[in-house]
Amino acid sequence: MSFDSVMDLLASTLRVSTPLLFAALGGLVSERSGVVNIALEGMMIVGALAAAVLTHATGSPWLGWGAAAGAGMVLAAIYGLSVIRLRADQIVAGTAINLLAAGSAPFVCKVLYGATGQTPALELSQRLGESPLILAFVCVAVVALWLRSTASGLWLRVAGEHPQALSTAGVGVVRVRWAAVLLSGVLAGWGGATLSISLSSAFSRGMTGGRGFMALAALIFGKWKPVPTAAACLLFGLADALQIRLQGVVLWGTEPVPVQFIQILPYAVTILVLAGFVGQARAPSALGRPFDT
Amino acid sequence: MSDPKMAPMPAVKAEGSGLSGWLPRLQPFVAVLLGLSLGLAVTALAGESPWLVLKVLVQSSVGTAYDLGMTLFYATPLIFTGLSVAIAFQAGLFNIGAEGQLAFGALAAAAMGILVPGAPAWIAPVLGVFAAIAGGALWGFIPGYLRARRGSHEVINTIMLNFVAAGLTSWVTLYLLRSEDSQNPETKSVGAGYLLSHWTSVFGDAPLSLAFVLALLAAMAMGFFLWRTTAGFELRAVGQNESAARAAGIDAAKVRILAMVLAGGLAGMVGVAEVMGNAGKFRMNFSPDYGFIGIAVALLGRNRPLGVVGAALLFGALQKGTGALDFETEHVTRELSSIIQALVILSVSAEGLWTWMRERKKGAQA
Repeated sequence: MSFDSVMDLLASTLRVSTPLLFAALGGLVSERSGVVNIALEGMMIVGALAAAVLTHATGSPWLGWGAAAGAGMVLAAIYGLSVIRLRADQIVAGTAINLLAAGSAPFVCKVLYGATGQTPALELSQRLGESPLILAFVCVAVVALWLRSTASGLWLRVAGEHPQALSTAGVGVVRVRWAAVLLSGVLAGWGGATLSISLSSAFSRGMTGGRGFMALAALIFGKWKPVPTAAACLLFGLADALQIRLQGVVLWGTEPVPVQFIQILPYAVTILVLAGFVGQARAPSALGRPFDT
Repeated sequence: MSDPKMAPMPAVKAEGSGLSGWLPRLQPFVAVLLGLSLGLAVTALAGESPWLVLKVLVQSSVGTAYDLGMTLFYATPLIFTGLSVAIAFQAGLFNIGAEGQLAFGALAAAAMGILVPGAPAWIAPVLGVFAAIAGGALWGFIPGYLRARRGSHEVINTIMLNFVAAGLTSWVTLYLLRSEDSQNPETKSVGAGYLLSHWTSVFGDAPLSLAFVLALLAAMAMGFFLWRTTAGFELRAVGQNESAARAAGIDAAKVRILAMVLAGGLAGMVGVAEVMGNAGKFRMNFSPDYGFIGIAVALLGRNRPLGVVGAALLFGALQKGTGALDFETEHVTRELSSIIQALVILSVSAEGLWTWMRERKKGAQA
């Protein structure tokens, strides 16, 4: 491998990691507050769609970026309504949210553009370049500092570890969790927007391709901490970039490299980590438990 | 939950919402009505007449014998995945891994039919069914083992294993069993003895086969197992109160592994319907999220075999019916089925909604 191809690989690693970084941060904020979030995938889908639609309509990718935040937040609000207000099981409701998003996206495309597959292509000048990447790293730093050094960051962590203590201290657990879930919608929505208006030039169905779940894996691999989670995203991004590059490449013998084994790596290591074969991961103590006021 | 490594997760309730009286029994029906109405309201927003949509849904799901056959055909895999999720629920486990388990079951059935193509017609279907169950059971055993012996949560593990299964089945399909004369990512065809005949005289071209009967038998067998055998009692005991079950001398770890193996085997039987009853080979990504819809089916069926069959028939009809929306209406697409399913799950799982209804009922009586 030459120097150029290494740099190339690193650059594409950063690119494919960006959506993961946003989504994993979204998952982190929600789960540290005690709310499981397997709905990241759905939030990414609506974010990707909203960003592409609004950018196409207005010509401004930053308006699209804002729309992605809004759409992610709306879906997160539906999720919050069911799991916080109506105390639905968080896994069940998360599955439903993913189904809802996956079903709604082609429907919206059909209503708006008469075709279920995708939104109209954007011109290159209408796309966001590298800004989401920079923004993602800014978000990682902000969330890390916020959790560590601010009062509200402390509330968030306590809401996920000892909600009763937070309540005794006079801070509303329900309000903290609502804020966390809505914020996770914004971040995951941006993850989707990165896919549709930065890395490509349209929304197409199936474009998130399980990245919401890979973000969840990165969150667990990163032990629910911001910087290690970001590192996990980069590692999974590297695996992804490598697998794209090696597709169809013959390294030895006559058969191309079976890239499937690189594809399953992030999920396989997450299982091993969770089982305590490689290090240990501990979830927030009150994760998944509804809080009754 | 004494294991420090165990990530706490929502306690799965095996028996509906825990409310008493008529409300729990009514809950699924109200949820379906709610989900369907909301879904139709969405179509109205899109500028389509909800009545037209409803008419299309009913007509194209049960309008003719062929339509009915297709509805039953679509319901078959949903019965299997619904039972799979339900039996895990009964043991207090959440199986989100039916998608991976059914892929493994289907691949195993196809592999058996490809590697032993000349098996005589009297034994071949048995071999195929056995392979499908074994493939799924293996993929269910892993999260069961990890939960019971390593204390890691089955929700995350089954999600991750779905992706691992997708990668592994893709590798086997493309590198080991690939069909030379097909452009599609699929395996070679299985031996003729494995193919289940379709009931063409009744249902026309609908690929309805013995697989549907097997699904009904599986539901009956599960009901017998859960409520008429000691092992089934132990499984439900662990699901309802683990510490009490332990105190009664039940080996909860073993029960959990068994539950996941059974769940995997049930999901694996989707392979019978797909490979032996329909395609005659393993086609990558053949499942339109049967595993995830199985969660909705199990919830709606309140984790009981008969309820699962009913819910699967309903969702099968929904899948067949919405398929016609693409060409029968201007704006509405087949994805309406996912939207309605999602809304049904959200309504059926909204614990607070049902508590509120119960309290209102009490208030009305007072």
